[in-house]
Amino acid sequence: MDGPRGPRPRRILSRGNIMLYGTLIVVAIYYLLPLWVMVMTSLKGMPEIRMGNIFAPPVEITFEPWVKAWAEACTGLNCDGLSRGFWNSVRILVPSVALSIAVASVSGYALSMWRFRGSETFFAILLIGAFIPYQVMLYPIVILLREIGLYGSLWGLVIVHTIFGMPINTLLFRNWFAAIPEELFKAARVDGAGFWGIFLRVLVPMSLPIFTVSAIIQVTGIWNDFLFGVVYTTPANYPMTVQLNNIVNSVQGVKEYNVNMAATLLTGLVPLIVYFASGKLFVRGIAAGAVKG
Amino acid sequence: MAVTDQAAASPVRGASAAPLRRPMRLFRNLSAKIATLPMILTATVIFVGCTGWTVVHSFTSSRLLPRLDFVGLDQYDRLWSTPKWYVAIQNLAVFGVLSLIFSLVIGFVLAALLDRKVRGEDVFRTIFLYPFALSFVVTGLVWQWLLNPELGIQGVVRDLGWTSFTFDPLYNRDLVIYGLLIAALWQGTGLVMCIMLAGLRSVDDEIWKAARVDGIPTWKTYTHVIIPMMRPVFVTALVLIASGIVKVYDLVVAMTQGGPGGASEVPAKYVMDAMFGAQNLGQGFAASTMMLLSVVIILIPWAYLEFGGRRRG
Amino acid sequence: MRLTASLLGATALCAATAAHAIDFEVSHWWTSGGEANAVAKIAEAWEATGNTWVDGAIAGSGDTARPIMISRILGGDPMDAFQFNHGRQAEEMIQAGLLLDLTDVAEEQGWRDIVNPPSLLDACTYEGRIYCAPINIHSWQWMWLNNSVYEELGLPVPTNWDEFVDTADEVRAAGKVPLAMGGQSWQSQGAFSVMAVALAGRDAWMAVYGDKNAEVAAGPEFARVFEAAAAARELSRGSNVQDWNQATNMVITGEAAAQIMGDWAQGEFAMAGMVAGEDYTCLPGLGVNALISTGGDAFYFPRQDDPEVTAAQKQFAAMLLSPEVQVSFNLAKGSLPVRGDVDLAAANDCMRKGLEILAQGNTIPDGNMLLTPDTTQQLNDLISEFWATDMSAADAQARFAEIIASAD
Repeated sequence: MDGPRGPRPRRILSRGNIMLYGTLIVVAIYYLLPLWVMVMTSLKGMPEIRMGNIFAPPVEITFEPWVKAWAEACTGLNCDGLSRGFWNSVRILVPSVALSIAVASVSGYALSMWRFRGSETFFAILLIGAFIPYQVMLYPIVILLREIGLYGSLWGLVIVHTIFGMPINTLLFRNWFAAIPEELFKAARVDGAGFWGIFLRVLVPMSLPIFTVSAIIQVTGIWNDFLFGVVYTTPANYPMTVQLNNIVNSVQGVKEYNVNMAATLLTGLVPLIVYFASGKLFVRGIAAGAVKG
Repeated sequence: MAVTDQAAASPVRGASAAPLRRPMRLFRNLSAKIATLPMILTATVIFVGCTGWTVVHSFTSSRLLPRLDFVGLDQYDRLWSTPKWYVAIQNLAVFGVLSLIFSLVIGFVLAALLDRKVRGEDVFRTIFLYPFALSFVVTGLVWQWLLNPELGIQGVVRDLGWTSFTFDPLYNRDLVIYGLLIAALWQGTGLVMCIMLAGLRSVDDEIWKAARVDGIPTWKTYTHVIIPMMRPVFVTALVLIASGIVKVYDLVVAMTQGGPGGASEVPAKYVMDAMFGAQNLGQGFAASTMMLLSVVIILIPWAYLEFGGRRRG
Repeated sequence: MRLTASLLGATALCAATAAHAIDFEVSHWWTSGGEANAVAKIAEAWEATGNTWVDGAIAGSGDTARPIMISRILGGDPMDAFQFNHGRQAEEMIQAGLLLDLTDVAEEQGWRDIVNPPSLLDACTYEGRIYCAPINIHSWQWMWLNNSVYEELGLPVPTNWDEFVDTADEVRAAGKVPLAMGGQSWQSQGAFSVMAVALAGRDAWMAVYGDKNAEVAAGPEFARVFEAAAAARELSRGSNVQDWNQATNMVITGEAAAQIMGDWAQGEFAMAGMVAGEDYTCLPGLGVNALISTGGDAFYFPRQDDPEVTAAQKQFAAMLLSPEVQVSFNLAKGSLPVRGDVDLAAANDCMRKGLEILAQGNTIPDGNMLLTPDTTQQLNDLISEFWATDMSAADAQARFAEIIASAD
């Protein structure tokens, strides 16, 4: 399942090959261009930006915008840049990712191997829920959280992230587990393993790729979230994206594109690193999770 | 996607559910039920409950705060007599159809190219996929910057000597939606490509061999054999893209704020503007109910077919 | 400084007895350079009382901040104070009993006597009780011009709208944008309303915005306004910016000659080190009808159970109207103080013009006090569409009259 399966191209410098690599390289440039511009802009001073070509590398490299974005840019009265929100984001991220993956994996497992009356219906509702703009549920969820006494706490936010991550992740896990050979399941049953035994001892150890995919999706989504972070917590817990929003949206005179870009890159760093580090596992997970079943 | 026809995509999984169900009916299913309780609660309380709450409140005159002060269909009358709403639907239709087509086509072509034993496949794949890690706000910001008439692409080309070159989609009412499309495709096609690639990898090598033996040209093998086999993959991609399209909001706000002059309004933004800008919750709820209704109209027959089909099988 | 401290101490005493320091969370959307500078003045004064200021700034104007504020209040874990434009926006929260009644503070401090114009306090009053502390007067009716743009062209700086329009061609010929205009819809709508007051006159304006008279809205006075607006939109072609302060910045850097914007623009000029009357000129009422609207910002206080918090909220409210805070805050923000008895010795040329007009009583209520946010949003949508397209003045006026007819 891992190796490329397409027809094998014959010669290295055939016309087809030149077309193939030519196309890929052109497309790759289109995808890389914004990243290139972001990095270059973040390394220039404002005068150079105003006169210059946005694609040109900086004449004079300055790390000032990065320093400013990380430690000096102002959010209202707090002029300590993104650093203020970084640890908040981490504190939100870790429990949210852990809880949402735990819930989604168990649900996906039950849905694929232990179906019961109505389980498919609940699942269908969940999937349709993925289409509802979540702004619509903002207020009712505020009221719900108030009633259970979790409004404004970190755990309230963790629950919200778990809820909105559930459709896609449950789907991925359900499909992954459904693709696991039945014999394995039967053998475990014969050995006397129950619902949790099979899950923890047999399935989890062999499901690293899908856990990776789920983790990537959740890390990306939760790290990039602004709305929930700001609506369901208090300033003490505001995530990094709130500072990003404030830096990007509050113009002090001229738009400081270099600081904006540096702030953007800094904020995007965590999901980007997760992506680059996970590499092949992601594709393998997607292959099994999204395609099968 | 889960609910699609299995046989075509993978022969691996048998009908695991049906035979297993009998021996462990009450007992074990109890732990399954307990384990899925969070999901059941989410589905019923959040997705059904909160949606119901929204629908009910769309018949009220709620302004700043939700209140049960019923006014019948007033909010809907108002909705369907607002020019901005029509602009929003129209934009969503154009944006939706184009981004569906382009995402699927570009995603498939890139995947097919990468599937041809390309050197450095990992590098290309990473390049195509990385924008997906960035939020729409960031995407919007970068593209707003690239499309800035003075400093962006237009400015650069003009500096090179082509002074009449004009490319400022974000400031042109007729083109603004395509400006959004360029950015949206940049962000989202990588994932579609990944899914397609995974689908192509699951195609049996024997099929390629057979096609080659029969002398079928490569492109024809793709269009006549491979693509029909990949139906479930396309459905997965379709659902993922579509759910993103319906909700498109952040990107618009980050890039154009609905402008110029309301030319890039979309329904989700209409909802947000009504709820929080105009402080007319009832109107926002009515608009979101209409959005929901159209989603349901599209999804229910599909879900029925898929689930119904399985039960019969 | 010592004087400030002792005065504030006294204020604290009579407002309530704040036993010990409270972490006081304040939500606001003042994040631009001039605004943040102004809010820092309040924070300084507050921390001088021994309490702690917890800053809850959210950038991106009221539309981003509002859902956050309302969720917090609905969720039962509110901030201690929040900025809101006073007027009809907060009515419902008052009806639902979510906001703190400040009547006792207001009576103790004699707000009725010191707040000028009294309409500001009226906007905070609901069924005879006072629910907000007005902090400044902001008026929309200003046009800002960069003097150097005209000097370079060898032209006198325009003193009214007509002169501005007459010289616009020369400004354009010099490669500059005559009228800077940000892309956000509230800006073109605001500018339109300013032109309406200036060109149609106070009575016609009040008939439309105050009494929602659709006939006047469809009448000849407003036809002239729409014609003028159609001309103005041509003058603003080429200002490809979104935010208001980016547009202001175009005027500051000389890329554009003028901007119609509220007096908050002054904070930006000040941050750029420009001097009113020398480097830039301001024309109240576009130099035609020197009227100013008396909108502004106010602080509201969500009701809380903890009596210590309530005491701190009242102390904060009293502090906002203290002469020291009024002076330091408003000088930084470029707005006018809400009390007529403070000495604005440091006020610049433009603020003096504003104070004079205020003293003469040439004021009109702010749009926010007359229109519901719902109607305002509809007008925003219409005018921004008008501004960005070639919609004819007559078509726009017909739709304008419709909105006014259905306004409540």
